[in-house]
Amino acid sequence: MNSLAHPRAWERYFWPVVAGALLLALWHYSVVWTGTKVFPSPLNVEKGIAELASKHVLWADIGDSLRRVAIGFGLAVVIGIPLGLWFGWNPAANQTVNPVIQLLRPISPIAWIPVAIIFFGVGDHAAIFLIFLGSLFPILVACVSGVSSVPPIFRDAGRNFGLSTRQLLARVVFPAALPQILIGARIALGIAWLVVVAAEMIAVDSGLGYLVIDSRNSGKRYDLVVAAMLIIGIIGLALDFCFRKLERIKSVRWGFRNAS
Amino acid sequence: MKFIERLRPVLLVAALVAIWEIAVDLHPGYILPGPIGVAGGIIDLIQHGLLLKYVVASLFRVTWGFALAAFVAIPLGLALGWYRRGEMAVSPLVQIFRPISPLAWIPIAILWFGVGDLAAIFLIFVGCFFPLLLTAMNAVHNIPAVYINAGRNFGLSPSAFVTRVLYPAVIPQLLVGLRITLGVAWLVVVAAEMISVSSGLGFLIVDARNAGNRYDLVIAGMVIIGLIGLLLDLGMRSLEQIKSFRWINSEG
Amino acid sequence: MVQTEATIRGNNSAPKLRAEHLGVVFDRDGQALPVLEDINLDVEDSEFVCLVGPSGCGKSTLLNAMAGFLSPTSGSVRIDGEIVTGPDPRRILVFQERGVFPWLTVEGNIGFGLSKLTHAERSQRIAHYVKTVRLEGFENSYPSDLSGGMKQRLQVARALAVNPDILFLDEPFGALDSITRVIMRGELLRIWQTERRTIIFVTHDIDEAVQLADRVVVLSSRPAQIKEVLTIDMAHPRNISSPRYLELRDELLKQIGLAYEI
Repeated sequence: MNSLAHPRAWERYFWPVVAGALLLALWHYSVVWTGTKVFPSPLNVEKGIAELASKHVLWADIGDSLRRVAIGFGLAVVIGIPLGLWFGWNPAANQTVNPVIQLLRPISPIAWIPVAIIFFGVGDHAAIFLIFLGSLFPILVACVSGVSSVPPIFRDAGRNFGLSTRQLLARVVFPAALPQILIGARIALGIAWLVVVAAEMIAVDSGLGYLVIDSRNSGKRYDLVVAAMLIIGIIGLALDFCFRKLERIKSVRWGFRNAS
Repeated sequence: MKFIERLRPVLLVAALVAIWEIAVDLHPGYILPGPIGVAGGIIDLIQHGLLLKYVVASLFRVTWGFALAAFVAIPLGLALGWYRRGEMAVSPLVQIFRPISPLAWIPIAILWFGVGDLAAIFLIFVGCFFPLLLTAMNAVHNIPAVYINAGRNFGLSPSAFVTRVLYPAVIPQLLVGLRITLGVAWLVVVAAEMISVSSGLGFLIVDARNAGNRYDLVIAGMVIIGLIGLLLDLGMRSLEQIKSFRWINSEG
Repeated sequence: MVQTEATIRGNNSAPKLRAEHLGVVFDRDGQALPVLEDINLDVEDSEFVCLVGPSGCGKSTLLNAMAGFLSPTSGSVRIDGEIVTGPDPRRILVFQERGVFPWLTVEGNIGFGLSKLTHAERSQRIAHYVKTVRLEGFENSYPSDLSGGMKQRLQVARALAVNPDILFLDEPFGALDSITRVIMRGELLRIWQTERRTIIFVTHDIDEAVQLADRVVVLSSRPAQIKEVLTIDMAHPRNISSPRYLELRDELLKQIGLAYEI
């Protein structure tokens, strides 16, 4: 699609490595040239990662963050999908509740922290509540959108074969809406990962977010700060990647235009 | 028929507010205020001139962070989307940075910019930059090949091609991406303000709680955040509706 | 125009489907839009009837009303003496395109209406109809791997699998290229001759109607009424170059008002 010749397969690995190397070099030399004593160089960060990995704390932190995401996101899925399917199926219900949702959605989960702390105290449950809030809205929106874009022909065919409304929802509407629901769930997972880190920086004292802020507060260990950030990025990427694999399952793939 | 339809959400909100007020009245002395208390809090803010000041502060930071991110990320993303090799090089790096919550950048932001407006704007910039970059790259991918071929067929010069084919073709998708990212910016500014500055709606929430458990102000702040976020979203949606941008809906 | 008495089959046995004074009026922004007017039609068991008419005349509306997807504004449709009030597995509608469920395999689609059978019966039925529509080898394929013609065959198999009394087909070959269309007509006739259901087939293709139907019902333009019912008295296989075929075709063209030279 561009003026140059079609890139070859090996280039998919070559160019990112070149770019990564350039970035690292730039980073390293700017640390050296500015003579900063605080900001870490790539080597510092690498040592930092090794240090964290050897200490038990890192794995516990990763486990805590993932656990909170699993519970919060899981709750959002279990509650959000049936609710979203119902709203999508029932335009009257959707139209009634939608304005409330639109009003609540722009409120950052972080802004809910004081309220969450009142209800749940400082700790795990507050964080899970925030993750739940952050994940719920994309899932609801995706469900409603998915259901309302199910072509009427599928509903007609379902009724033609004698399905009751409940069977229709389970055997026709839900599978037909599933591609869109999966997209919403993937986005919600991404948000969950952002929220857990933020929540851990403010309202709990374990997890990767806490690691970031603690490394700075107790000793200005910016090498550990950056190390933790990179770990956060990589795990977030891995979560997204796994989810995209789900989207490639044959009985869902039909719903994605660029199934590549 | 239409009037009843408009009435229903209003009734739902009224019912929820009523339940909230009743629940609070049944527990006198409970920390969380009822809707009347929150309304009082809002009036309080207006009387002290703080409401406008904080709203403006938050909007100011959002505007700067968002605009900077857009001006850098969109042209860059369009260029990268066009040149396959550029995208191959950059994409994995972007994929690693994107899941890092903007808030995780706070220590670095404070290190580089100190505590204050610039740090907050930087955080918003970071939160918007990567999604906008990806949106722009994707928008270029999604240009139907027929348009590109037609542009070539008519022998357009590169600059004419960009202005007459590329740019109009990507605008609808860019607008959607901008709207979504603006929502993200609004979420980030509130969170950023809770940590690193001393004005703005996020600060209001933290400060109201810390300096005297004024939960009526906390929730007032949340309500206002919700309202302004909603208005921003509606504003962007109306941009999307401008006829010349709507072509994408009319294509089969 | 009123249909002549001679073209209504005057049988003593009750017809499979009877439409009586069927009328459908749509409401478009407060304006009444009559689409069907006083349709009276009898269809016998195992008959192959085609509905033809100009584009937009209401053929699909008539089909939908007969299949139970639309409530008539006036008159009624009776199948086996019972008034039609809604869709039912005893009368399956085959759509023009995109009717198969993309998240199910070929087997999954064909077995869609068979959940009340035992596992063994279901597998047997599915295998039978896979063979009938000649989709062997594709049992585990998804519709995205099938061509347009194959997808329509899949729809027919899915419809037949539940043993309906009546098959309604709404321009089922309209989205296919002309070569595939000819092949599909042969397939449909072959299936019909073995399975022997009542078929009501909507098309705007005149040749298709003359090639397939026992009787062709000509609809006028909107609001549609039955203009004429033509009986095709040729045995299958029909020679499409024979004088009788051309005669019938001409008659049909005349009825629709298209007999002229290009």
